[in-house]
Amino acid sequence: MNLQLPPLGPIMPEIFMTSLALILLMADLFIKKKEVLAGASILGVLVVAYTLIGSSGSTFGGMFISDGYSSFFKAIFFINLILSVLISIKYIRIERVNFGEYYSLIALSTLGMMIMASAADLIVLYLGLELMALSTYILAGFIRYDIKSNEAALKYFLLGAFSSAFLLYGISLIYGLTGTTSIKAIASFISEKGLVGNPALSLSMTLFVVAFGFKIAAVPFHMWAPDAYEGAPTSITAFMSVGPKAAGFAVLGRVFMIAFASIKFEWTFLLIPLSILSMAIGNIVALAQSNIKRMLAYSSIAHAGYALIGVIAANTDGVASMMNYLMIYAFMNIGAFAVVIMLRTEGFKGENITDYEGLAKTHPFLSALMLIFMFSLTGIPPTAGFIGKLYVFMSAINAGYTWLVLVAVVFSVISAYFYLRIVMYMYMREPKIEVGTSKSGTLGVALGVTAVMVLAIGVYPKCLVELARAALSGF
Amino acid sequence: MVLSTAVFTIGVFGFLSRKNIIIIFMSIELMLNAVNINLISLSHYLQDLRGQILAFFVIAVAAAEAAIGLAIVIALFRNKATAHVDEIHEMKG
Repeated sequence: MNLQLPPLGPIMPEIFMTSLALILLMADLFIKKKEVLAGASILGVLVVAYTLIGSSGSTFGGMFISDGYSSFFKAIFFINLILSVLISIKYIRIERVNFGEYYSLIALSTLGMMIMASAADLIVLYLGLELMALSTYILAGFIRYDIKSNEAALKYFLLGAFSSAFLLYGISLIYGLTGTTSIKAIASFISEKGLVGNPALSLSMTLFVVAFGFKIAAVPFHMWAPDAYEGAPTSITAFMSVGPKAAGFAVLGRVFMIAFASIKFEWTFLLIPLSILSMAIGNIVALAQSNIKRMLAYSSIAHAGYALIGVIAANTDGVASMMNYLMIYAFMNIGAFAVVIMLRTEGFKGENITDYEGLAKTHPFLSALMLIFMFSLTGIPPTAGFIGKLYVFMSAINAGYTWLVLVAVVFSVISAYFYLRIVMYMYMREPKIEVGTSKSGTLGVALGVTAVMVLAIGVYPKCLVELARAALSGF
Repeated sequence: MVLSTAVFTIGVFGFLSRKNIIIIFMSIELMLNAVNINLISLSHYLQDLRGQILAFFVIAVAAAEAAIGLAIVIALFRNKATAHVDEIHEMKG
């Protein structure tokens, strides 16, 4: 028996990430000061990001592929990890859950996302998805003594496991139909044998839509999102509103644009109502929320709807605009959550929207930052949110979906009401209660980076747009 | 295939209609096992090993999932002694 090791170059970042997670877990036994672990995880991720350079190629018999598309998504995941760790150092001490496993689990979850982005085979895709999901369930329930956190983890877990069973059933159907699990081979099999219009193929594609719909929290598969986002620790809410969503879009793009390319008409037909419903329910229900984490949860549902428009356009421009949108969303959303965390001090939750009344009088600088993030989430120039929406809408118009863009713009106007309500509360009301902020250097760094990036991308978007286009060459 | 479809459907209905968390778990396991039956029968039919490999992965992941799920239920049970989903309603809106 002659066993030969496949080339490990393309999978190097994942190997380093695994080692990082395990080292963090081991180091947790000896290191009493958990802040050291946070620093180590950030340094480790920078090393992993460095190994990403020059890792292109495919390995393990074509099951695992590292290309521009996966590298762009991995960059989003690294940014997500670094910013989430920065905002959580002080926060998890306040919540009295300052354990070392926290950082290890975040690294493992990011590893799952990286595997998903690189999966060229449905088996690898499933394994990555489960690794990401299982770690995130634990993180959502990390505040063990708090029943809200338990409940969030339970709901997230039940619906997540339910959706992965749907994904598996879809995989088993497509395996029976084509006799393979490789994404490329499925595509060639479908077009060669003329399977377009086969009911089993349509059913399997529908099951994929259901499973990915759960992961990106698109309506009508969004029921878990508001509860899970509200109950989970705020830093984890920021982490899981960006990471798993981006990973879901990464596999959505790869599976639908390659494996199901020949039944494009059928899946766009399913995704259009999903996108419209997400924007409608997300934006309209957010109007009635009084808890800011819950409001941001509904807003994240709406943003999944906007990003879906890029996938619906179903060409390279559309996918590039979707990637841009997710990158921009990572910065503005984590920024907004960083402000929410800033208001969490000992004995004060600071999660009600009314807590923001008159914040501009007591903390002018913090309010100005929140103003930038809210403008960006609404999509007002010169912030990055405007650029993200602009490119998504442009690609959809070029693909002939002008009416869909009109619908999206209407909902985007509705969303201005609840985003700007917070701005109005901060600047036009008198402070009723004394609101303190938790001072922390790392939190400040995270806020600064996100705010600068939101403005920089808004003023000078060319760099990011070119990067996304270049990443898609050879897709 | 018919057996697997039947088991999967029972799992879906069990998940949607039952109120006890443990029974909901069992429904999810039913759904996963239905997929395994499907994969293995298809693998035999196609004379291809891939399906059986995936079935092994599914079994391993299902075990991990059960461990995490039960851990979450125990953590919840310590704070609120119930296994009934209608009584877990801290958040609304």
